[in-house]
Amino acid sequence: MDLLATVNWSRAQFALTAMYHWLFVPLTIGLALIVAIMETNYYRTRDERWKGLTKFWMALFGINFAIGVATGLILEFEFGTNWSNYSWFVGDIFGAPLAIEGIFAFFLEATFVAVMFFGWKKVSPGFHLASTWLTAFGVALSAWWILVANAWMQYPVGMEFDPDQMRNVMTDFSAVALSPVAVNKFFHAVFSTWTLAGVFVVGVSAWLLWRKRNIEAARMSLKIGTWVGLAGIVLTLWTGDGSAVNVAKVQPMKLAAMEGLYDGKVGQELVGFGFVNTDKKPGDDLPAIHAEISIPYGLSVLANHDPNSFVPGINDLIKGVSLTPQGDTINTVSYAERISMGREAREALAAYSTARKSGDESAAATALKTLRDNYKYFGYGYFDEPADAVPPVAITFYSFRVMVITGGYLLLLFVMLIFVYYRKAEFLEKPWLHWVCIISIPLVWICSQAGWVLAEVGRQPWTIQDLLPVQAAVSAIPSGNVVLTFCLFALLFTMLLAAEISIMLRYISRKSKTNIME
Amino acid sequence: MVYKTMNLFQRIYHFYADGFRGMTVGRTLWIVIIIKLVVMFAVIRLFFMPDILGGYDNDTERAEAVREHLSQINNRINIKIKTI
Repeated sequence: MDLLATVNWSRAQFALTAMYHWLFVPLTIGLALIVAIMETNYYRTRDERWKGLTKFWMALFGINFAIGVATGLILEFEFGTNWSNYSWFVGDIFGAPLAIEGIFAFFLEATFVAVMFFGWKKVSPGFHLASTWLTAFGVALSAWWILVANAWMQYPVGMEFDPDQMRNVMTDFSAVALSPVAVNKFFHAVFSTWTLAGVFVVGVSAWLLWRKRNIEAARMSLKIGTWVGLAGIVLTLWTGDGSAVNVAKVQPMKLAAMEGLYDGKVGQELVGFGFVNTDKKPGDDLPAIHAEISIPYGLSVLANHDPNSFVPGINDLIKGVSLTPQGDTINTVSYAERISMGREAREALAAYSTARKSGDESAAATALKTLRDNYKYFGYGYFDEPADAVPPVAITFYSFRVMVITGGYLLLLFVMLIFVYYRKAEFLEKPWLHWVCIISIPLVWICSQAGWVLAEVGRQPWTIQDLLPVQAAVSAIPSGNVVLTFCLFALLFTMLLAAEISIMLRYISRKSKTNIME
Repeated sequence: MVYKTMNLFQRIYHFYADGFRGMTVGRTLWIVIIIKLVVMFAVIRLFFMPDILGGYDNDTERAEAVREHLSQINNRINIKIKTI
């Protein structure tokens, strides 16, 4: 079996399916909020125009929801097939949040979504509004459990490894569910969905304005989309800062990779943009970034909220070196030491198994202690050399910049739209404004996807940070099997995406020729 | 439809039945959903995505299989990730 090919195709397949899944999910979460806001306006004013608008955007929510629903289950198929060793190793820590999410999502969809679509004439306006808000709340909360699971992969806490079961056993549910990484990740992801949905509403509204159809409906929608989008992007930037602080604390190698930083210093600058030198390796003298444009002290501020703090680079982390603000050297755990401890943990695990099978409880107890003492770096025992634990610098670097630059653009977009709506309303008739809004639709999706690429590629080569690298996590299956299912998923998801875009465009075009607000 | 004379289960049933009957765009979406689920569960899951550890009889055997796999991945296998 070609392990390398299996690992790479399995990762590619998971990336493909996860990215496709994330095309649908953020629009579901964000648009549910916007629909709930519009229906609240209807409930408060009993103005039928708001009801018409609510139904229009609710239909688009429904199209996206229907196409996207259950696409996440394919990721769970992959856990069982391509990542069986990983899925066993994580035990109930992964299974419990995913099970809760599945149950939560099922009852939500069966109950409140049905009332949203079927209940306009069957239930009271108050009950219908409550159902819409519960749907919006529920889809967001459903995401909580997935993000708890992912956060645990980045920062494994609240568990103890059981060498008899070969699984991590949850010992502290609240540590897992409420870890600082999980909490920040949840809010960062949800606020980003508000941004995405805001851009979607703004973009579609701009198209209506460009075609001079349903002008009033378009303006009312654009106003809501702009405010939700502005709140979303501001809060996304705020929680993004929190993400950077968390990454600096628990995944410093990811931070170093996303900056292309090899040799850190006190008062480290932040790279605004540049070109990664792909020939650069840890320990050599080659420049890391070409044509670098940097912000003085920026990375120290971003990572530690202290312009005079030290930010370690890849070489510093490998060597196990840190600096105080005064420039004094502090020794941390070098990667060579981690590899040594990881190998000791693996050997202890093997010794424990042998001792247990032979009934030698004394030897088993000794091996268990050694395992527990070194378990923190268990995964490093699979590496030849420290450089094996470095993420792909170029992908991590560029995805961070794509995310931040497009996010910055979206902030400017919403600020401009607020100014235009309240001060220069005549600009709402300008085709250039319409097209700026329309082309922002793919840009916000690129921004959203770039964030996940950063999170997941930056964690490589780990499936579970420090505990399980990809080569240990993957199933021992022929790579050809993975290639086949990769192609099947690419075909299936592309067809679903094409169906969604087609149905949405036809619906928007058809409805725009009638009075949307009736 | 006279809901007031029905019991709770009848009302729930008719709520969904009337809703499905009244769908327009929803009909197309439900066709997409059903095709998607059939392809996912009856084709992909059944023929291409077996649960690898599901083939073992009990958790002890599964744990042993994982133990063996984790111990076989040795340091001679060099997983290098190509950077772009």
